[in-house]
Amino acid sequence: MAVFTVGPIIGSLVISFTDWNLLSEPGWVGLDNYARLATDPEFINAVNVTVTYVIFGVPIFQVTGLLVALLLNLVLPGMRIFRTIMFLPTVLSGVAVAVLWQQLLSSEGAVNQILRMLPGWAIPAVIVIGVWGVGAGAIIYLAGLQNVPPQLYEQATIDGAGPIRTFFAITLPMLTPTLLFTVLTGIIGAFQVFDMAFILGGPKGGVGGSLSFYLLYVWGQAFGNGRLGYASALSWVFVIACAVVVILILRTADRWVFDESESR
Amino acid sequence: MTLQTIGRRRRPGTRTIAWRAVAYVALIAMSATILLPLGWMLTTALKPDFAPVFTPTPQWFPTTDWEWNNFARALLDPARPFWRYTLNTVFIVTMNIVGTAFARLRFRGRETLFAILIITMLIPWQALLIPQFLLFYNLGWYGTMLPLIVPSFFGNAFFIFLIRQYIRSIPVELELAARIDGCNQWQVFRHIVLPLIRPVLMVCAVFVFLDSWNDLLGPLVYLIRDEDFTVAIGIANMVTSREPHLNLLMAANLIMMIPATLLYFLAQKQLVGGIASVGLKG
Repeated sequence: MAVFTVGPIIGSLVISFTDWNLLSEPGWVGLDNYARLATDPEFINAVNVTVTYVIFGVPIFQVTGLLVALLLNLVLPGMRIFRTIMFLPTVLSGVAVAVLWQQLLSSEGAVNQILRMLPGWAIPAVIVIGVWGVGAGAIIYLAGLQNVPPQLYEQATIDGAGPIRTFFAITLPMLTPTLLFTVLTGIIGAFQVFDMAFILGGPKGGVGGSLSFYLLYVWGQAFGNGRLGYASALSWVFVIACAVVVILILRTADRWVFDESESR
Repeated sequence: MTLQTIGRRRRPGTRTIAWRAVAYVALIAMSATILLPLGWMLTTALKPDFAPVFTPTPQWFPTTDWEWNNFARALLDPARPFWRYTLNTVFIVTMNIVGTAFARLRFRGRETLFAILIITMLIPWQALLIPQFLLFYNLGWYGTMLPLIVPSFFGNAFFIFLIRQYIRSIPVELELAARIDGCNQWQVFRHIVLPLIRPVLMVCAVFVFLDSWNDLLGPLVYLIRDEDFTVAIGIANMVTSREPHLNLLMAANLIMMIPATLLYFLAQKQLVGGIASVGLKG
């Protein structure tokens, strides 16, 4: 275990201070790789693409995932079939889904007719595909919904609360722990888009870098251009940025996440 | 659950029926958005070579074309031997499952390693990609399947964490009772713990299958020879080639989707339960 993780993690940090490509001996360049980031337009573009996707994609996925879960939580005949269908995209490979959607989104494809009205279609397209596969998040929400004690709903009905009031007063607060988890994993997942960008935009990240997601850029630098030192620095910036976002969210969590042990 | 509450009311009036109708419309619309693209893909896969794929009115399944041998052609195409890619993928997947199983057995009782494990779980794999690549490169494993197989024999921190949590939920009394009946450590594990943790092992096996079957980045980094390629790379190459035959591309794509879909239907309960429990226990 340690050989495959702890060793490499230290190695990665060390490599990020060198100008190593596989052909030459590594030379120590100190913080040069990190300094170069500020003036690398492709890096700035990759950050832009990725952050835009996170900012727009994550809230959309959360809301649609929750809505789907609310629907799937209804007690209706035939619900098992609907659940099965909705969760199906979860197991399909990113590559296969991307190929399917690439065709649907191609210039003659059906979906593209709608999307073309949006300026800068690349990121919206990836978000649309993400919504199509929102079932994975919905499973987790569904589990959360089924853990809400039914007495709370009965009590709310007795107190005369309507469906909307019940949702905001009971369902949503009781779901906040689930929400924290799905927001965190959702953000981390959104930062890590790779398969989709690779298939839709190719190794170079699409026309004008419109699909140059961060990981694709790291991969291109490391294994396309062989700049292992620079790519390691890119990885570390990525890891630190992710860690900062996760810590920020966890810091605010006690303000909005309902903790059952506190209320007792 | 707001709608559910309404559905539960004692007197099913017109409002209830109206709500149910709305719910069903929404459910059917959602299911259609999932199924229609998949149906379109199957339709395209079954078309003859020069039939127009994009018609003014999109064609959905079923249509008049039934070129089933497109699947055989996609599998046997000498330029892109998907049967070979499939075998390669199956091999890697099998080795990964075997490897994970091994790691499970070896792990038991090693509580001291647990802290390190948790730390490794928190490190994103992106930071490890390059140094791991260098490690395997220096071992001379670049261009072979070994980098895609060997790590799983050492266990995946996430699965170990999952299984450990599960083992901890087994009452100690069971173990004590077995001890009193004269079981040794191995027998306790074999006859008490193993049968009880079977569900979580299933979940892990399913996840390992899906992860390695669907993996693109790993094979992309480590595999260089065409005869080693996995289905994921094969399809990716097909997309970037000059004139992809869309019908064959879609057939290959379906070939990639079929095992995961079958597994999903067979192991749906474990899979959904697994994702949900992982979600809640964090």
